[in-house]
Amino acid sequence: MSTRKQIILGAHFPGVNNTTVWQDPDSGSQIEFKSFKHMAESAERGKFDFLFLAEGLRLREQRGKIHDLDVVGRPDTFAVLAALSSVTSNLGLIGTINATFNEPYEVARQFATLDHLSAGRAAWNVVTSSDAFTGANFRRGGYLDRELRYERARELVQTARELWDSWAPNAIAADKQTGRFLNEENAGAFAHTGDQFEIRGRFNVPRPPQGHPVILQAGDSAQGREFAAQTADAIFTRHGTLDEGIAFSRDVKARAVRNGRSADDLKVLPGVGFILGDTDADAEEINREVRLQQVSPQTAILLLEQVWNRDLSSYDADGPLPKVDPDVESISIIQGRARIVDGVLETAQRYRALAEAKNLSIRELIVEVTSRGLFVGSARTIADKLDEFVLAGASDGFILVPHIVPHGMDRFVDEVVPLLQERGALRAEYDSGSTLRENLGLTPATPATVWAERAGDLEAAAS
Amino acid sequence: MPQIPSSVVPNFSDQPAPKSIQLSVALDGAGWHPAAWREPGARPADLFTSAYWADLAFEAERGLLDFITIEDSLGLQSEHFGTGADHRTDQVRGRLDAALLASALGPITSSIGLIPTVTTTHTEPFHVSKTIASLDYASNGRAGWRVQVSSRRHESEHFGRRDIPEIDRKWARTEHGRRVIGELFDEAADAIEVVRRLWDSWESDAEIRDAETGRFIDRDKLHYIEFEGDHFSVKGPSITPRPPQGQPVVTALAHAPIPYQLAARGADLVFITPQTIDDIPHLVAQVRDAERLVNRTGTPLLIHADLLVLLNETQRGATERLARLNASDGTDLRSDAAIVATTPQQLADQLVEWSAAGLDGFRLRPAVLPDDLRAITRGVVPALQRAGLFRAGYEQDTLRQRLGLPEAVNRYAAIA
Repeated sequence: MSTRKQIILGAHFPGVNNTTVWQDPDSGSQIEFKSFKHMAESAERGKFDFLFLAEGLRLREQRGKIHDLDVVGRPDTFAVLAALSSVTSNLGLIGTINATFNEPYEVARQFATLDHLSAGRAAWNVVTSSDAFTGANFRRGGYLDRELRYERARELVQTARELWDSWAPNAIAADKQTGRFLNEENAGAFAHTGDQFEIRGRFNVPRPPQGHPVILQAGDSAQGREFAAQTADAIFTRHGTLDEGIAFSRDVKARAVRNGRSADDLKVLPGVGFILGDTDADAEEINREVRLQQVSPQTAILLLEQVWNRDLSSYDADGPLPKVDPDVESISIIQGRARIVDGVLETAQRYRALAEAKNLSIRELIVEVTSRGLFVGSARTIADKLDEFVLAGASDGFILVPHIVPHGMDRFVDEVVPLLQERGALRAEYDSGSTLRENLGLTPATPATVWAERAGDLEAAAS
Repeated sequence: MPQIPSSVVPNFSDQPAPKSIQLSVALDGAGWHPAAWREPGARPADLFTSAYWADLAFEAERGLLDFITIEDSLGLQSEHFGTGADHRTDQVRGRLDAALLASALGPITSSIGLIPTVTTTHTEPFHVSKTIASLDYASNGRAGWRVQVSSRRHESEHFGRRDIPEIDRKWARTEHGRRVIGELFDEAADAIEVVRRLWDSWESDAEIRDAETGRFIDRDKLHYIEFEGDHFSVKGPSITPRPPQGQPVVTALAHAPIPYQLAARGADLVFITPQTIDDIPHLVAQVRDAERLVNRTGTPLLIHADLLVLLNETQRGATERLARLNASDGTDLRSDAAIVATTPQQLADQLVEWSAAGLDGFRLRPAVLPDDLRAITRGVVPALQRAGLFRAGYEQDTLRQRLGLPEAVNRYAAIA
């Protein structure tokens, strides 16, 4: 096997949005376990690094009504990943878990359990939200100020690391002869005092096989990038073009270095869609059809409303853009997903200019402006593109988002994976007994105390 | 020890066919005896692997048991009830999250019910609801939930959000103690109600995939649960569609009137702890009183008795085995449930006799794993089968059906 840089590959089981073409006759259940099992088995057959699950904690609403055009509903992230742990053997299992509506003791326990059940394949994609809308499903409601989101998330991850460290790697003796089950009297003892949490006691899950499950963070804002650079092993982005990717990678890796880490300690993993055809022209044709299915007339209006922040239901999706400007004053027309707040008027300007230049209807415009991060072509073309990104330093790999569930990865695995393996860009076999951390090329878990020291150094340097 | 007849041969010639006995096992670590992990067949180094639990679940399924429960708590095991972790190094400490463990067992088992313990005091009911619903999906309708109140102060210190006073027996009988405990159980009843409403919050046919109108769901078949209680409020609907069973089976272990009332308010099945057969009518009456007190409607609670069992081919062998384990641990085994050290045949006889005294079934707590689990599946079950009181194979698909619970009616669909 060559020593050339390996491409990290993840399969994203699509969540609740308009990615999945549910109208397609080949589209299966988004809920039943067999769908998750099929995609995980496909990914494992393709020697992928991991399967990635998103999460949502409240059904989205628009114009005050539950969103009904796209896929709605999904099972619990932890339960699905735990169930997948027993039907896969090498695939990493990445769960998106909210840092606002979970407590460190519980979430650390769940990830430690998942890591034990999977023999070292667990990972946590840390996301934040703090709106009262989602909070209405939880005891404490939307209690967190927006600016405290990352603060709580940072402390939550740090506290989880402290809990994972609370059992020494060799804490369990299990020696029947001497009658010693534990090597230490105080296994699991912890005390954490911070702005967000003040907790103490004994953690009750032994140290996870990976030491610390792998931490991912999604987010492109400056705050999100800094959070990832300080806290995460990998960052999930949306930068789908080569130049954007290079700029983004340079920026976050430089931030990691400023945080006392090496550039290689933070993997950059854009989420990308892909359309595979027999030829490039064939793929382009499929892409046009898929995009129109993803952006139905009703969906086009709803997506436009998210920028305009107005009820546009009286507009014709096949007609021109609204003459009125976006409403930047009123509360968001959409609830349950991040609202575009910054640069809304500029965005509207850009949309108008684009629509005018290319003579686009609302739907055509939305199709065009929402197709970021999409690789379209024959298997050869897609393999070349993936490789080009990684070799150019635009990313360390990809989180691939299929548009069909559950068979959306099958063709990629059958056609693109062998091409990547041929050129030594993807493993031919998993290393026996390797953990996700090892598969990703990450160093062994850094102790919580070191993470805390780094944070302390930064604060000292800043003051 | 009460005198147990050596063999009960039922004579039902002019009576209706005897009711089958429902039978489950409660799995916890290396078994319920603190020295269990030191037994030759024990696998103490494997307690935190999925293979260990898969083997136990497969064995229980080979024995055609109705379900397994998996113990859990938010604190480390301890020899003290209320005051937090101890410093013993000679007993099993540490455990995996039971709901995730049950989820891992879902796709690799095919028939047995899976009932993890999940606490209500600190855990968000929204999370509990989707976790158990998803377990129901991963097991095709075999999920349950054992509700547990987390009343211990040291567990509340793991969350740091609320102050729960240290609870001991004496204080629990004071007026203040009763009020605090009552509130914790009221909150648990609210948590069950929220979880159940969330399970109903999607009608079963809400997903329509109507290409004509472009609608994936019929939003009129999704319902806000609008729960407002003294302790929290939850809006809903769930993010997870209604699980295959509609309502997974809710269970609770109870030893006293307040917990009986919690079970009567929210559960389908209650585990009780009679010490002798003479306790049964009295305890059953207490459960029924609790049902009346809370105005329970619908199906009465299924009542299962917990027994901690240690089995051997001979009575003498069982007694000696218990003594040996006790000596190994340094103290005599204690339990809230009756401890039965006997032969598989005698245990089967006892189950037949106790069941006739007014129980629907039993949850056996094996003293040593896998030894006592095997004695149950390969000794006790065949004895019950010979008596015509236990199935010869799995017949029903879902756990609800197997336990004889009626189809779960969706409260929101019923109104519509």
